[in-house]
Amino acid sequence: MNDKNRITFGLIVFIAIVTFPFWYNLGKASSAPELKLSEKAKAAKECVKPKEIMRQEHMQILDLWRDTVVRDANRAYKSGSGKTFGMSLSSGEESCLGCHESKTEFCDKCHNYASVAPYCWTCHIAPEEKKPEENKPEENK
Amino acid sequence: MNEKYLYSLIAVIALFLLAYAGVEAAGLQYLFGIIIPYLAIITFVVGFAMRIMDWASSPVPFRIPTTCGQQKSLPWIKHNKIDNPFTGGAVVIRMILEILFFRSLFRNTKCKMNEGPRISYVWEKWLWLFSLAFHYAFLTTLIRHLRFFLEPVPFLLQILEKVDGFLQIGLPGVLISGVVLLAAVIFLLLRRILIPQIRYFSLAADFFPLFLIIGIAVSGIMMRYFTKVNIVGVKELTMGLVTFHPHIPEGIGAIFYVHVFFVSVLLAYFPFSKLMHMGGVFLSPTRNLPTNTRAYRHINPWNPEVKIHTYQAYEDDFREKMIEAGLPVEKEL
Repeated sequence: MNDKNRITFGLIVFIAIVTFPFWYNLGKASSAPELKLSEKAKAAKECVKPKEIMRQEHMQILDLWRDTVVRDANRAYKSGSGKTFGMSLSSGEESCLGCHESKTEFCDKCHNYASVAPYCWTCHIAPEEKKPEENKPEENK
Repeated sequence: MNEKYLYSLIAVIALFLLAYAGVEAAGLQYLFGIIIPYLAIITFVVGFAMRIMDWASSPVPFRIPTTCGQQKSLPWIKHNKIDNPFTGGAVVIRMILEILFFRSLFRNTKCKMNEGPRISYVWEKWLWLFSLAFHYAFLTTLIRHLRFFLEPVPFLLQILEKVDGFLQIGLPGVLISGVVLLAAVIFLLLRRILIPQIRYFSLAADFFPLFLIIGIAVSGIMMRYFTKVNIVGVKELTMGLVTFHPHIPEGIGAIFYVHVFFVSVLLAYFPFSKLMHMGGVFLSPTRNLPTNTRAYRHINPWNPEVKIHTYQAYEDDFREKMIEAGLPVEKEL
């Protein structure tokens, strides 16, 4: 039996699948997104925790905060440097998005790049870009 | 302790230390993040192709399928079309069922001696179940990882990740495939270690890939849920690899390089090991041939040309002498 042609065809298909990422990205120059801090965040100089920790563990902090707010009704967070922050994603000046004003610039850029789809915004409403709103409803949990 | 799994375990631990120390102490990010992954993927593709072409040039002169049902026979005998395929189409169905559902493994039984002594074959589906879970979890994990190698990330990939993480446990959300992969590979390892007969015929080459895959799964799970790495930096590195503009971004933890090194070792090891069953399953002559030996004559393609002398030619040569000697001939003079 001589199936060499068929086997070669199958092998070529396999190699095409394995090398798919190489030719999918052909001719595209990739560059990681640059994080743009808002003026307000730049002025504040410090976040609730150091930058490296925030970059890698912000999701766990937010998860913990959600539970703290919802279960213990504790809405104030005291950072290591003694500053107090509001434990809220999107309501008020002291919240995350109160300082990092733009969701598209601050959240979505990296999330889209790394294909992360957090479910924050199934409950929360993102503040309108450029004008922080005051009367957001409390976290509707 | 059994030296076969001990050696494999030590090998994987040594690989871990090599990558960890290489990155943390010696600063060899460029070696572990760029050079070794490139070499590994080249070894994988070239080695895989050579192994397959080697198999393709091995002759399969006769039909040797293992059959599990009644062969096509007289019209009033019921023919088992899938387990004893007669046509190419039936073979394709048999192969699809074998490759996607591990049908032959489903037949696995356990042999047991009862009093008497009488032998009995007992239900044993765990190996089939965990193998299936392992392979599909590995496939899902592999496809999920394409998000690090494609930009923009295709919509279907985002859907897959959503389905994989639909339990929404914790943050970052638990992905089912990762948990199933680790659980199933640990089952496959324990099976080899705890069952005496299987331990007896298991070799270091059986344990090494299992330990290596456990290493890959554990380092991946560590990165995602516990120690954390700079994920944007990771994608910057992987995108650099697939666009041929490799560079090392700052601030990716050593655990990432360990993970990549483990995967590189697995890829480079692949063509030289039992893992080639990935390609080999398509080429197994006991599965991919129809059982039509009764209906068609299969002539061995490299049979030597045999000079034959037919009776007619013989009679032509000796007719006169035969008639002289009084022997009967078919054709008179």
